[in-house]
Amino acid sequence: MQGSENIVRKAVRKYGKGRENLLPILQMVRKEHNYLSEDQLREIATEMDLSSADVYGVATFYSFMDMQPKGKNIIRICKTITCFMKGKDSIVSVLEDALGIKMGETTPDRKFSLLEANCIGWCHKGPAMLINDKVYTELTPEKAIQALDEYM
Amino acid sequence: MSENIQKMISVTIDGTPVSLPENTTILDAAKLLGVHIPTLCHHEDLCVAGNCRVCMVEVKGSRTLQASCATPVAEGMEIYTNSRLVRTARKHVIELLLSEHRGDCLRCYRNGNCELQALANEYRIDQGVFIDLHKEDQVDISSPAIQKDDSKCIRCQRCVRACTELQSVSALCVAHKGADMRITTFWDKALSYVVCTNCGQCVTHCPTGALTERNYVEDVWDAIYDPTKHVVVQTAPAIRVSIGEEVGLEPGQRVTKKLVTALRRLGFDSVLDTDFTADLTIIEEGNELLQRLTQAIRDKEDVALPMITSCSPGWIKYIEHEFSNHLDHLSTCKSPQQMFGPLAKTYYAEKIGVDPKDMVVVSIMPCTAKKFEAARPEMMASGLRDVDYVLTTRELGLMIRQAGIDFTKLEEGDYDSILGKSTGAGAIFGATGGVMEAALRTAYELITGREIPFENLNIKPVRGLSGVKEATLKIEGTLEKYKFLEGVELKVAIGHGLANARKIMKQLENGESPYHFIEIMACPGGCIGGGGQPIPTTDEIRMKRANAIYDEDEKMQYRKSHENPEIIGIYKDFLKEPLGHKSHELLHTTYVKREKN
Amino acid sequence: MVMTREEKLARINAHQERVNLIFEKIDSLGLLEKVMKLENSKILEYIKESGLKGRGGAGFPTYLKWKLAADQKSDMKYVICNADEGEPGTFKDRKILEEQADKVFTGMAICAKVIGAPEGYVYLRGEYNYLAPLLTTKMNAFNEEMNQLGLNFTLKLRSGSGAYICGEETALIESMEGYRGEARNKPPYPVEKGYLGKPTVINNVETLVYCTMIVLNEGGKFKTFGTEISTGSKVFSVSGDADVEGIYELELGMTIQEFVDLFGDGDTKAVQVGGASGFCVPRKKFKETIIGFEGVPTGGSMMLFNSTRSMYHILMNYMEFMQEESCGQCTPCRVGCQQLVKGIQAIKHKKRSATYLDELVKLAKSMRVASKCGLGQSVANPFISIVENFREEIIY
Ligand SMILES: Cc1cc2nc3c(=O)[nH]c(=O)nc-3n(C[C@H](O)[C@H](O)[C@H](O)COP(=O)(O)O)c2cc1C
Ligand code: SF4
Ligand code: SF4
Ligand code: SF4
Ligand code: SF4
Ligand code: FES
Ligand code: FES
Repeated sequence: MQGSENIVRKAVRKYGKGRENLLPILQMVRKEHNYLSEDQLREIATEMDLSSADVYGVATFYSFMDMQPKGKNIIRICKTITCFMKGKDSIVSVLEDALGIKMGETTPDRKFSLLEANCIGWCHKGPAMLINDKVYTELTPEKAIQALDEYM
Repeated sequence: MSENIQKMISVTIDGTPVSLPENTTILDAAKLLGVHIPTLCHHEDLCVAGNCRVCMVEVKGSRTLQASCATPVAEGMEIYTNSRLVRTARKHVIELLLSEHRGDCLRCYRNGNCELQALANEYRIDQGVFIDLHKEDQVDISSPAIQKDDSKCIRCQRCVRACTELQSVSALCVAHKGADMRITTFWDKALSYVVCTNCGQCVTHCPTGALTERNYVEDVWDAIYDPTKHVVVQTAPAIRVSIGEEVGLEPGQRVTKKLVTALRRLGFDSVLDTDFTADLTIIEEGNELLQRLTQAIRDKEDVALPMITSCSPGWIKYIEHEFSNHLDHLSTCKSPQQMFGPLAKTYYAEKIGVDPKDMVVVSIMPCTAKKFEAARPEMMASGLRDVDYVLTTRELGLMIRQAGIDFTKLEEGDYDSILGKSTGAGAIFGATGGVMEAALRTAYELITGREIPFENLNIKPVRGLSGVKEATLKIEGTLEKYKFLEGVELKVAIGHGLANARKIMKQLENGESPYHFIEIMACPGGCIGGGGQPIPTTDEIRMKRANAIYDEDEKMQYRKSHENPEIIGIYKDFLKEPLGHKSHELLHTTYVKREKN
Repeated sequence: MVMTREEKLARINAHQERVNLIFEKIDSLGLLEKVMKLENSKILEYIKESGLKGRGGAGFPTYLKWKLAADQKSDMKYVICNADEGEPGTFKDRKILEEQADKVFTGMAICAKVIGAPEGYVYLRGEYNYLAPLLTTKMNAFNEEMNQLGLNFTLKLRSGSGAYICGEETALIESMEGYRGEARNKPPYPVEKGYLGKPTVINNVETLVYCTMIVLNEGGKFKTFGTEISTGSKVFSVSGDADVEGIYELELGMTIQEFVDLFGDGDTKAVQVGGASGFCVPRKKFKETIIGFEGVPTGGSMMLFNSTRSMYHILMNYMEFMQEESCGQCTPCRVGCQQLVKGIQAIKHKKRSATYLDELVKLAKSMRVASKCGLGQSVANPFISIVENFREEIIY
């Protein structure tokens, strides 16, 4: 894969081969396609003179390092207690219906992935979710659909 | 020197005052007082993990219990190793481990030699309090050497540390977190599809049955019971100083002659010795070295130096993955096991009048990688599978116990002849530095016509357990044929454990290797510390096994490979000359490049 | 005491205006030059006298931490700002970073000066990635300012990727070094061997801002707040069944009752103080429980629950959180969390008898003393405090 080669090299050139740069490199590579592929992990390992297993072990530790193909936009809805109390479940059903997928899945057109996350730090304005790096708070079914529209 | 005087720390352990050097762990301190604290994730070969938490002790004034393996003593500590709090928490930890564990001890390969089982036994955990969490996992048997069963894993990470710290292979890793945390490989691939070298260090460091060798005991019994088969067994150098541990003896006993009798009693038709082919390796490899030196120094040809030994199949797979641009440095000699196989199925079969098709060659090895080596596609020089089954020391121990043999009461026996006679040089192959020492004894004599100038032929600088050993030998008084070597300082290095091999290879990769000849063994300590050896293996035990091997050497009639009468015989009869046509066909091999990641 | 929402807000605002240290608008960059000329001993004295304890949860005296790091001899030292804020119900560091980044950086610079560190890092949780552009801009300006002043201190930003445990200081270091965020054995502590093996001070975002304010005000009003054991004020994140949710800086030392009167919805049955790793205080203990190190310590998370809420559900949510977010390396925490989750489920579904709850409480107590790091050690806090106070709700 030409594309993956480029991003890995670019990331390693940007941050350097030192072990302490592994996380920023993984983050940058992940950003390109919203997930890390087997080949990319292998290449990162080779470029940084680490073992691929070692890199895999690190990557799987972090819940944002998805390792299955994901949609262009990743929705992470908070499942922690106060968001739950404020009606997170109904938001999830609305999103599932709108996207035609279940929690954890990706739309066939690869536009959206719907995931859960632990507390994202907006508990006073729950239910809250992230779409990519953007926060949406005090969600109602209507607001959730509006949020989706921004990415349609 | 005054600054080197260690600071002493005073503590009490269960009420007994004791003074210890700074940085002593509570675990070691207790040991000195004869107080046994149970451990699981701790292994003296490896860095401290402190994750299993069974070794906890109470330190007065501390909010939590302390992992004794990970906590150094501090002035004035009052330590309690068996308080109510300690016992309750430890019992909970054991209960938790068992709840996560597929505890079918009766069907488990490690039954009877399992640290978890022993601990459960000590604490009499007979009724499970907690909910059973274990998963029915698929056992990974993709590798011909190593078997991995995640449902037996207690996540102590000893295997990962062994694979990383001792071997710098890192085929294994810890992946995921929380309840999903587990020991796996890159992308959860089967072991045979990753960079695993089959060295088995993860196996000897695993406290449970989660990692074991693939065992072929039943296949070997089947061959023995088959009246149409002539079953030949060969025993590696390091077996004779370790098999005793499998039958209840202390580490470091030489039991060569009883071993021979035991093998006969088991029903092997010919009991032969890998030490013989170790001697043969020296002749072939020694000549190969001289040939390369001649090409490089006299003829100024471009030839790969340093030459590196090739008798450790874990090392071979490692270099094939990690340094595949430098395969030309490897000696083309097969390992002694794989020299033995084709000779048994050609030369020996003919001598004893057995159709090679009816011959089964079994090797007893200290090694798991030898299982993989025997299965390599190129190892069919005889036209058949050269070595049919490889058993570890542990598997042989199992067979001996199964056969009801009282090992200590056995009489002594001698190896059968033609592929059975060996020298002290062959024996020391089993310890790190041994191949080098054996090679130098022969090479020096070939070059100068004189014995190597070390007292009693013992080349002490290449012995011992330091990670990378170096030696320089000035060549003087050469024979006419080797005049070009006059005054040359022959530089050699020895590395054992793949982490040390890596250091040596990095130097070579950078074009900075000053050596002519390098010995590398995949396992720490060499074969005496091999991945197929009795568990436990520690430095103390490695030293005992090594000393026994050097003892064996000193007691031998011949101590130089080229003096072995059967070696002289096989060249006269069959091989004709070192590096000759027959040798190339049967005793030398090629290597393959493999993916680095 | 029943107040309308407006009355409550008025009171809260009055309280906040009186305290007002964290969000006070000051030109901390402009004051940098002055601060950086202070004697280290003077700075340490201010911090010591303030009685400031870490605001990240563990409550270690900040003065002592800095002093220990300052006393280390090393060619390199680091200051790290812990902005991993992952504790459920905590969101105050986000607002502080959004509004007062300069004061955070100034705090780091002061610490760096005292201990002798040329480099500092802010470890920002991945969930707050949207703050990264702002922080980078501010950081560049700050670095420029330090450069202009001829001071040798540079700040860098690092991001997490969704792992609560990386807020634990040694796990944070492992993560920064490119490893799995697994907590380390202690000793050695980060002040001796931290990032890349060098002495390192790790402080919470809020702690650093207090340091800035204490030093700028030469002690000032900070120590006039709070109690003897819990001096000063603290930023609280209030959520749940509250009339007034949000982020508030309040004096330490108030009782839960006083707190509930100000923030509650009039029907509060329990307050979870300190997030999923904190303690649950039931209504009957509101009056006697002090918010502070002498009572219930908190990193700032205050979650209120009214009588419509199922404590079983709340406990399950916390336990599932812990089961997922445990790094998984040590037995008590990895397996213990799973047993607690499965155990209360089994009791609820009548697969195990109610007395099994007592076994689970004993297990939680063992986890408290046997776990390797603060995560596993604190699982017992919510578990025991909820089970003991709401036993019926858990069982039936
Ligand atoms: C599981 C766990 C998570 C933690 N998360 C955070 C966090 O997000 N932010 C923080 O400042 N401290 C956190 N801490 C506390 C840190 O380990 C450390 O004590 C703190 O950052 C020190 O700073 P302080 O002294 O200023 O409070 C956490 C501790 C544990 C055990
Ligand atoms: S690993 Fe040990 S405890 Fe587990 S089943 Fe095997 S022998 Fe029993
Ligand atoms: S056999 Fe050796 S290389 Fe393979 S996983 Fe085990 S320790 Fe690593
Ligand atoms: S496989 Fe063995 S050594 Fe490795 S973590 Fe599991 S129990 Fe420990
Ligand atoms: S207590 Fe939990 S988070 Fe901490 S080291 Fe143990 S498993 Fe990891
Ligand atoms: S509980 Fe959902 S953002 Fe905190
Ligand atoms: S042996 Fe000490 S924690 Fe495992």
